[in-house]
Amino acid sequence: MGMAAAEWKFHVLAVDDSLVDRKLIERLLQKSSCQVTTVDSGYKALEFLGLRQGIESNDPTALSTSPQEVEVNLIITDYCMPGMTGYDLLKKLKESSVFKNIPVVIMSSENVPARISRCLEEGAEEFFLKPVRLADLNKLKPHMMRTKLKNQKLEEIENGTEAVEPEIKGSEDMGIKILPLQSELEPKQVHLQVVKQEEETLSNNKRKSMEEGLSTDRPLPRLEGGIATAV
Amino acid sequence: MELGQMQKSLQDYTKSLFVEGILDSQFLQLPQLQDESNSDFVSQVVSLFFQDSDRILNDLSLSLDQKVVDFEKVDPYVHQLKGSSSSIGAQRVKNACVVFRSFCEQKNVEACHRCLQQVKQEYYLVKNRLETLFKLEQQIVASGGMISAMDLGF
Repeated sequence: MGMAAAEWKFHVLAVDDSLVDRKLIERLLQKSSCQVTTVDSGYKALEFLGLRQGIESNDPTALSTSPQEVEVNLIITDYCMPGMTGYDLLKKLKESSVFKNIPVVIMSSENVPARISRCLEEGAEEFFLKPVRLADLNKLKPHMMRTKLKNQKLEEIENGTEAVEPEIKGSEDMGIKILPLQSELEPKQVHLQVVKQEEETLSNNKRKSMEEGLSTDRPLPRLEGGIATAV
Repeated sequence: MELGQMQKSLQDYTKSLFVEGILDSQFLQLPQLQDESNSDFVSQVVSLFFQDSDRILNDLSLSLDQKVVDFEKVDPYVHQLKGSSSSIGAQRVKNACVVFRSFCEQKNVEACHRCLQQVKQEYYLVKNRLETLFKLEQQIVASGGMISAMDLGF
C-alpha cells in the first residue's frame, strides 16, 4: 500500500468493557480498513486522548500522548460500562473544546428509545444496536471523512498552505459512494471498491493542488499499518 | 473417513446447531472477519467467550451463594454474559440470560438459582458443540482439506 492510501486510513478509538466485544469491534474496524485502538473504559479513553480526569492536558507532567500527536477520527463506545458510561464519555468529549468535533458513535445491546434519543441529542452521530455488523460500519465513513478533511483544511490554514477546495457538502460531492453491503458481495469486494474511490479522490486533490503549486503533504506522524493497539 | 465425507459431516453438524437454536445468524458473521492475516479469528473469539463466561459463571455462583444476595452485583454479571453470548451468536445462552435478568429484577433468589442452572446448562451445551465443531474442522484441515466461510453458510 502506498503513502496515498495510508494517508486516508482512519484511526478509530473503540471503548468497551467486554473482552469479547472489544475483540469483535477491533476486527470489524480493521476489516473496514481502519486503524484501531481499543480501551476498556471511558477513563482510559480520555487518558489516551490526553484528557486526564476531565482536565485538558496543559500539564507537562501529563501522560505521554498529547492531543496533537494522536489523531483520532472517530470514537465508538459501548453505552453500558461500569463507572463512566458511554453517555458520560460522550458528554465529556462534547464539553471539550479540543475533542468536541470528533464524531462519536454509541453501541448498546439494549434497544431503549429514550436512551437512543438522549445520546443523539447529546451529539452522538450514530447509535448502533449490538451485535454490530460490518454493514453498520459502512455508515461511519462519511463522518470520519468529514473530520479528516476538516483537520487537513485547518492545518493548511495554519501552515499558510491553504488550497482552494470546494466546500464538502456530503459524500456524494466527493464522488464517494458508500456501498450497501449486499449479501452476494464478499466483504472484501466492498472494501476494495471504497478504497479505490478514496485513492481516486486523493489523487484528484493532489493533482489540483499541484497545479496550484501548493503542497498537500501533511506533517503529522502516522501510526504504522493496520496494527491495533490494545490498551 | 474420506475428505468429502468429513466435509459433509461438518456441514450437517453445523446445520444442526442452527436448527436446534443453539447458534443464531450472528455466528455466521464471525468467519467473515477471518482472513489470511487473521486466520484464527473465529477460534480466538470463541476462546475468549469461554474464558469470559467461565469467569462470570463463577462470580455468579459466588454472588448467589451469599447469605444476603446483592442483586446490584448479580444483574451486571448476567448482563455481561447476555452481551457476550449475543455477540458470538450463542442464542440459547443469551435467551437464558434474558429470563435470568427478569428474575433479578424481581429479586427472586430461588428463581435466580434455577436460572443460573439453566444458563450453565446452555453454556456447557454450546461449549461442547463448538469444541466438537472445531475438532471436525481440524480433522479436515489435517487431511489436506480446506474450510471456507461458505461451508458454514446456507
